[in-house]
Amino acid sequence: MGSNGIRDRVAIVGMGCTHFGERWELSTDDLLVDAATMAMDSAGLPQEAIDAYWLGTMGSGHAGITLSRPLKLDYKPVTRVENFCATGSESFRNACYAVASGAYDVVMAIGVEKLKDSGYSGLVVDPPAHDGTAAALTAPSMFSLLAPAYAQRYGVSEEEMADVLARIAWKNHANGARNPRAQFRKEVPIETIKGSPRISGQLGVFDCSGVSDGAAAAVIVRAEDAHRYTDRPLYVKALSFVAGPGTGPMDDRYDYTTFEEVVRSSQDAYEQAGITDPRAELALAEVHDCFTPTELVLMEDLGFSPRGQGWRDVLAGAFDRDGDLPVNPDGGLKSFGHPIGASGLRMLFECWLQLRGEAPEDRSLASVQAGRTLGLTHNLGGQPGACVSFVSIVGSEPSA
Amino acid sequence: VTTIRAAAAYLPRHRLDRAAAGIGRGTRSVASYDEDATSMGVEAARAVLGAGGGDAVDAVVFCTTAPPYADKTNATALHQALNLDRSTAAYDAVGSVRSVVGALRSAADAAAAGRTTLLVAGDVRTGLPGSGDERDGGDGAAALVLGPGGDLAELVATGSASAELLDRWRIPGEPTSKVWEERFGETEYGPLADAALADGLKAAGLSVGDVDHLVVTGLHTRAVGAARKAAGARADAVVDDLLSSVGVTGAAHPLLLLTDVLERATPGQVVVLLVLADGADCLVLRAGSAAGATTGSARAVQDQLPGRTVAHTDVLVWRGLLRREPPRRPDPDRPAAPPSSRNAAWKFGLVGSRCTECGTRHLPPERVCLSCRAIDRMEPEPLAGVRGTIATFAIDHLAFSVAPPVVAAVVDFDGGGRIQCELADVDPERVAIGDRVEMTFRRMYTTADGVHNYFWKARPIEGGAG
Repeated sequence: MGSNGIRDRVAIVGMGCTHFGERWELSTDDLLVDAATMAMDSAGLPQEAIDAYWLGTMGSGHAGITLSRPLKLDYKPVTRVENFCATGSESFRNACYAVASGAYDVVMAIGVEKLKDSGYSGLVVDPPAHDGTAAALTAPSMFSLLAPAYAQRYGVSEEEMADVLARIAWKNHANGARNPRAQFRKEVPIETIKGSPRISGQLGVFDCSGVSDGAAAAVIVRAEDAHRYTDRPLYVKALSFVAGPGTGPMDDRYDYTTFEEVVRSSQDAYEQAGITDPRAELALAEVHDCFTPTELVLMEDLGFSPRGQGWRDVLAGAFDRDGDLPVNPDGGLKSFGHPIGASGLRMLFECWLQLRGEAPEDRSLASVQAGRTLGLTHNLGGQPGACVSFVSIVGSEPSA
Repeated sequence: VTTIRAAAAYLPRHRLDRAAAGIGRGTRSVASYDEDATSMGVEAARAVLGAGGGDAVDAVVFCTTAPPYADKTNATALHQALNLDRSTAAYDAVGSVRSVVGALRSAADAAAAGRTTLLVAGDVRTGLPGSGDERDGGDGAAALVLGPGGDLAELVATGSASAELLDRWRIPGEPTSKVWEERFGETEYGPLADAALADGLKAAGLSVGDVDHLVVTGLHTRAVGAARKAAGARADAVVDDLLSSVGVTGAAHPLLLLTDVLERATPGQVVVLLVLADGADCLVLRAGSAAGATTGSARAVQDQLPGRTVAHTDVLVWRGLLRREPPRRPDPDRPAAPPSSRNAAWKFGLVGSRCTECGTRHLPPERVCLSCRAIDRMEPEPLAGVRGTIATFAIDHLAFSVAPPVVAAVVDFDGGGRIQCELADVDPERVAIGDRVEMTFRRMYTTADGVHNYFWKARPIEGGAG
């Protein structure tokens, strides 16, 4: 794949992340001011020190003015980006490239989404004018297609599949229960998860990520400048983004058990970061658990489990906080909901806390204590067979 | 000699048990929430044309008392759904049941002049709860091909009597009709029926004793019963008008009953169709050599009589007579006119594209091949008649629908190609990977500003075979 990467050329020196949830009391402007302020305070920088901004939001605003007006920016460049559910990550990726290019010294990537004001269940996207022929599937339905297909291909019984999906939801809720920023902060018993009202196919309420409001931000500088701002910067090891050809829903060879976009972007990222065995090398992975079957399939697409073995690894606890590779130790989309522009940066925020030893004790990871220094974040947007995928790898140590 | 070449009927899957609704005995047919006169007309027309039979059609005429659109032609949706040639004319004949008789007679005249007409009638008969129209109405469609040549039946003679009478009426836009006291219509229709029947038989040079199949129909079921008795036909010649199983399917019913009779008649038999609607019309026909079997790719009417019982409350919701709490999701926005026109062959006709380099099918049609990446090496690929298999599926309790849950599936077509679409007439508990399906034309939803969104769904094949 034709990417050169910018390994260790830029670093995160400050981050902020709001509490995610039903923030009836806060506007989009408020969330942006909060996240930006937290990130600047974290980096010890005044607003004037930031040269340029990348704002990720799917639908809470248009154009750079969405950020410059609430922050009263002094005629700074603000780029508004949108890339489905990878929107927040996309703001981060482009901000990193701007610093790596030498165009700016200090930039901010910030993402926000205010979903709860719509009054709808689940995500609602306003499509361009259309001919009315696209299948009107909701997001849970599109991703529920994975479950029967995976079960069929790998001979997993319906009962086993129910156990696997419930195990994923249980784990992420158990992690979120230990995170003060999460929308849902309660452990949920397996039986409650399995008995929840059906949303689509095998998926119940607890198989779906929540709907919430939130914002997060990161301050990025050249790696060689990082220690001016913090003793513990987070170095960017890899950034990969792909948009697939979108053929799955019309190609009878696609079997709904994998996201090729994720396979390609993770391979690219591992190559950039020099990773050969992600399950052994990563300290944590924050992955896009929009629905429980998504996380199952991601374990294989990201190379954490061999094909057809992801479900066994899930049941064996390989991705628990104390497992081989902790996945979504902050609680994931399951516990945070998915304010689209903010999610990717929220994932980075967990890497920021964990890899720098700032995570609270009840959520701290044995993998970090054992000396692992790398974290992965991943988003995908779209639907199985037609999506975009983002993978980043960050680390607390510069390469030798 | 004017001939009917082919006849086919479409009955929707659902039946209302009249006893359960407190409106009498037997059942009536009910169009599903995603069907209307046009969509059912498309199904009947597809059946009567069989595979590729539309080439020889000069005009398509659509009859209904329940046109989905006013001030806009409905027949053009059929025309596009059937992939008829642009030069084939498409007209509506809507308003009352009488329209279909007039359209049939016009088509017969056209046939005598050498032109072929596809005559389609579809209807959704709705009445207020507890009304006679709710009880006696039925939903369905039927289609005939009339033209020179062919051997299903010939139209021998006609008789007609017209009268202005306030038996039933409806202000355009109202969902249901009003009717005058029943006895009035029964009295008025008697002499009209007598006159039309006598004129028709006289013109044919026949007496009522020569009639092998007497079909009497109309919305006034008491008048129909009386006229049937008064006709004096042989007892074995009186045809069941399907009132007890299907109900009277409005403008579709004359064609539906004619189709049923021709599927069972023997060649040479005399068939009389007597329609009571603001007067009476008598059509005298003689069954041709193709009679006694289905034509086109139709399922016989008798085979379509059994259905699946549906709850009365569901029917009321489907017809807009009972409002149910909507999901907390936005109403679907309207399909836009320009893309609907640009993509008309796809949207209405389910025409995809096929790569001429590698043969890969694309739904919707694409310019760049998903397999070999050839650009602009595509030809149109009609797929409405191709069957498929469910590759995977989702049962969506969240999506907007008049009848949740939405069942969506990924369908792989025989011979290649895939579509992600909704399933129609499906039991959510019984759908499975590997199920066989066929495509069916449906009204997906109607938007708040009154745009009907027509497109195709996949329907499980009865019995799972095929």
